[in-house]
Amino acid sequence: MTTIHKVSIWRGGADGSYAHYEVPARESQTVLDVVTYVQRHLDPTLTYRFACRVGMCGSCAMTVNGVPRWTCRTHVSKVTGGGELKIGPLSNMPIIKDLACDMTEFFEKWQKAQSRFVPTKTRKDPMERIRPDTPARVAANAGIECINCGVCYAACDTVAWNQDYLGPAALNRAWTLANDERDGGWAERLKAISEHGGCHSCRSHQSCEAHCPNQLNPASSIAGLKRLSTSAYLKGELK
Amino acid sequence: MRPLRLYLVQRVTAAIMVPLVFLHLALILYAVQGGLSAQEILSRTQGSVFWGGIYGLFVLCASFHVSIGLTNILQEWTPLKRIAAANIAHTFAFVVMLLGFRAVYAVVF
Repeated sequence: MTTIHKVSIWRGGADGSYAHYEVPARESQTVLDVVTYVQRHLDPTLTYRFACRVGMCGSCAMTVNGVPRWTCRTHVSKVTGGGELKIGPLSNMPIIKDLACDMTEFFEKWQKAQSRFVPTKTRKDPMERIRPDTPARVAANAGIECINCGVCYAACDTVAWNQDYLGPAALNRAWTLANDERDGGWAERLKAISEHGGCHSCRSHQSCEAHCPNQLNPASSIAGLKRLSTSAYLKGELK
Repeated sequence: MRPLRLYLVQRVTAAIMVPLVFLHLALILYAVQGGLSAQEILSRTQGSVFWGGIYGLFVLCASFHVSIGLTNILQEWTPLKRIAAANIAHTFAFVVMLLGFRAVYAVVF
């Protein structure tokens, strides 16, 4: 006899509601497999995002049983405990439709934090030699595997409370760049992350660390930015 | 005021208050042995520059700390905008400071 998962999936926009489906259980079934089954066999109008299915692209994040997760690497058996499966869009972002949320603001905040690499050399210059064991490179390595999935942003209480807050992902990227010897954008980035909504708005709840699917620790990165920002201020580099 | 300065003031006032709280707790443990009386407290505090300074510093730090923290809480947990939240928090902190200094004055002078 086939085991059936009872699944609730958010349908519609902000004023939508959960619709209920029954999906056959499979071995090693992921939450993304369940969503895909619903769209391909039960309701083709279901909207959701995915691309790589192997935890690299960061596009399939959803709220699963109240917790933001990457659905392609989340096994159903690990989150339901034999009970029901409730799948919704990520929090802290406007819902476009069903499981697709609008990530515009999430990415705009990366730009606002000046979290983009600013090269200091041209292609005619020799390649910079970066020793992998320097403290700066070790710090950058610890935060560099972010896949922009938005899970930390959805999990963050400060993002929910303060609409100006840049969020864990953008600030984590700022920290990796602060530790990149090749980058030349620190002066502008320092101003951006020290303004209202910058690193000093973080309340250190560490939900970002608890939920990051790649086991990154944006809270630690933000603490590093706070130290750099404070140090720059005390040295008179930041007015 | 820039958020970085507010952040610094809040951290510095917290760092000052931590040892003061422990000093106050240690004093309580020492003072209550054998009972506590108003006369005993006043005999220790009246005319004491040290205790007046300790509690005066605490009142000052607490007022600034409360002002910044309460502004953030009101702004994040209520629909209030920053200016309105700051006005309420500053007023509250000012009252805390007045009451605090009045209490210090009462036991020292």
